[in-house]
Amino acid sequence: MKNYMESTDEAMNAESHWSASIKLILGCLFVWFIVSYGFGIILVDQLNTISIGGYQLGFWFAQQGSIYTFVVLIFFYAWRMNRIDHEHGVNEE
Amino acid sequence: MDLTLLTYIVVGFTFTLYIGIAFWSRAGSTGEFYIAGGGVHPIANGMATGADWMSAASFISMAGLIAFLGYGGSVYLMGWTGGYVLLAMLLAPYLRKYGKFTVPEFIGDRYYSKTARMVAVVCLIFISFTYVAGQMRGVGIVFSRFLEVDITTGLIVGMGVVFVYAVLGGMKGITYTQVAQYVVLIIAYTIPAIFISMQLTGQILPQVGLGSMLSDGSGHLLDRLNTVVTDLGFSAYTDGNKSTIDIFMITMALMIGTAGLPHVIVRFFTVPKVRDARSSAGWALVFIALLYTVAPAVGAMARYNLTTTIQHGAVGQAESNIVYEQRPEWFQRWEQTGLLKFTDKNGDGRIQYYNDANPAMAAKAAEFGWKGSELHVDRDIMVLANPEIAGLPDWVIALVAAGAIAAALSTAAGLLLVISSAISHDVFKGALTPDMSEKQELMVGRSAAAVAILIAGYLGYNPPGFVAQVVAFAFGLAAASLFPAILMGIFSKTVTREGAIVGMLTGLVFTFGYILYFKGIFITPMAKNVPENWLFGISPEGIGTVGAVLNFAVTYVVSKATAAPPKEVQDLVEHIRVPSGASRAHVH
Repeated sequence: MKNYMESTDEAMNAESHWSASIKLILGCLFVWFIVSYGFGIILVDQLNTISIGGYQLGFWFAQQGSIYTFVVLIFFYAWRMNRIDHEHGVNEE
Repeated sequence: MDLTLLTYIVVGFTFTLYIGIAFWSRAGSTGEFYIAGGGVHPIANGMATGADWMSAASFISMAGLIAFLGYGGSVYLMGWTGGYVLLAMLLAPYLRKYGKFTVPEFIGDRYYSKTARMVAVVCLIFISFTYVAGQMRGVGIVFSRFLEVDITTGLIVGMGVVFVYAVLGGMKGITYTQVAQYVVLIIAYTIPAIFISMQLTGQILPQVGLGSMLSDGSGHLLDRLNTVVTDLGFSAYTDGNKSTIDIFMITMALMIGTAGLPHVIVRFFTVPKVRDARSSAGWALVFIALLYTVAPAVGAMARYNLTTTIQHGAVGQAESNIVYEQRPEWFQRWEQTGLLKFTDKNGDGRIQYYNDANPAMAAKAAEFGWKGSELHVDRDIMVLANPEIAGLPDWVIALVAAGAIAAALSTAAGLLLVISSAISHDVFKGALTPDMSEKQELMVGRSAAAVAILIAGYLGYNPPGFVAQVVAFAFGLAAASLFPAILMGIFSKTVTREGAIVGMLTGLVFTFGYILYFKGIFITPMAKNVPENWLFGISPEGIGTVGAVLNFAVTYVVSKATAAPPKEVQDLVEHIRVPSGASRAHVH
């Protein structure tokens, strides 16, 4: 454990790393919420008036689209988060 | 070759494989027993998480649930996948950085309290045992249906196999067995789905087939399905019959419940680095999505096949209903198991299957001379009978049996391991006998796993009447108790011991009480489980969301009123928020 009193720079760096992390997480969770609760549940009837192939769009989001989005979202988060770690010099090794 | 013999060979081969893997990767230390030594590759861990997560219920029952609920089944699809987003971003990387062995251990350290740790142990054991009972039952059922032995024998064989690789192998053994089990179960699930999709729509990918034209040119699958089922008085497949608020709340409870399930969280303790925990959650969801995006196609196609087999022409014309004596072979086979049951109520020798609870349909049916729906369909048949409905060769049927057993065993093993870890590491090492050596702790862990298997086996053999209902219980409790406590432990430095304990207990008692009130576990329900009686129209399945909100609120208020956490706890929180710096694993 480092002594945080010794380096206020480091403490400030940790703080900006944390706020960058929070921003990224909130952004991702916004998308997470919109595709599932927004498109798949709340707006499902409106979106169902649009058809893509044999799928009604709201139904597609609820049973397919939200899941694909979740997968992409996690990998995007992992990639961005690794960059944020590097930018703040708090990555592993 | 005889189907039963073939099934024995396929299942026997997979069992040999699992035991072989467990022997090769057996645990030699507590680190290996609890977290596989922390050296699992993120992709391997993703696969293991997939098998750990997808239970007998996911494999056998989910597609059938969706088949009958249609759009309403979306709660399971979104709920049981969206939780991984929360896990990946809010919990897994930080708990990996924390780097110890169990979930209650984190709660104990973060909330500087043995009481908090024990409350977490109680939540964990309750959640995990309710779950594991269902798995053992699943093993027994699969054995009895496919291998024609009685449920007890099936159960004992299943317990024996889990015993060998969980007790001997610990987390390390379980991890690599789960990788093998994932491969078995995903092949077993997708092959019949691909064939059925090809037959119905000409599309190889079931995910595409679900949105395609039927091969006979009669229209899009989902449109035709809507017509076919509404003609029989059922609600349209792509519309739900649950209220929006209830769908919302159930999905949320399943998502945060997923993220709060200890046997899932602990899988992310096993990867080497923080960055691996992040990507591994992505891989886990890739492997889970392979099954979860196929399941809605299986559900819709099976419903279509079943309905049009029975009602193959316009509703109301006598010759449109199948003659019982001419029913297909798979129909006869599944009648023997009781999953399909026909009673000729109007004595015309034909099968009428429709929604007789719908008054308008019932009136119409009376004009046709129908005297009630004559077929009882168990939802599990949608997956189990799939290969036969599609006319696939016997080896595919044998593979489905092996896949269902793999799904049940892998989840059971993961659950049994977190139970035994909580007993040996949190209860014994953490509280009762802190002085014991590593070797002794490993011994206690193995004994606890053995005892847990016996209890799980008993629960599977003699299931308390509520097993079918406990899924709501496990998720609701995980959502209302563990998830908020872990989340706030990471994202707030000011949440106090008192706040967390009171919060967890509030969430637990409220959710437990609400489910008890309507479902009556051990006691008779105190009120009828109907929407008119529910709080804000939220069903017991979705009440965990409200429990979680209460937990957050109570924790916040109590924390404001109590003394701030000590400096070392605040430092711990800062330490786990950044990936760099030595992991604290093994520093005891």
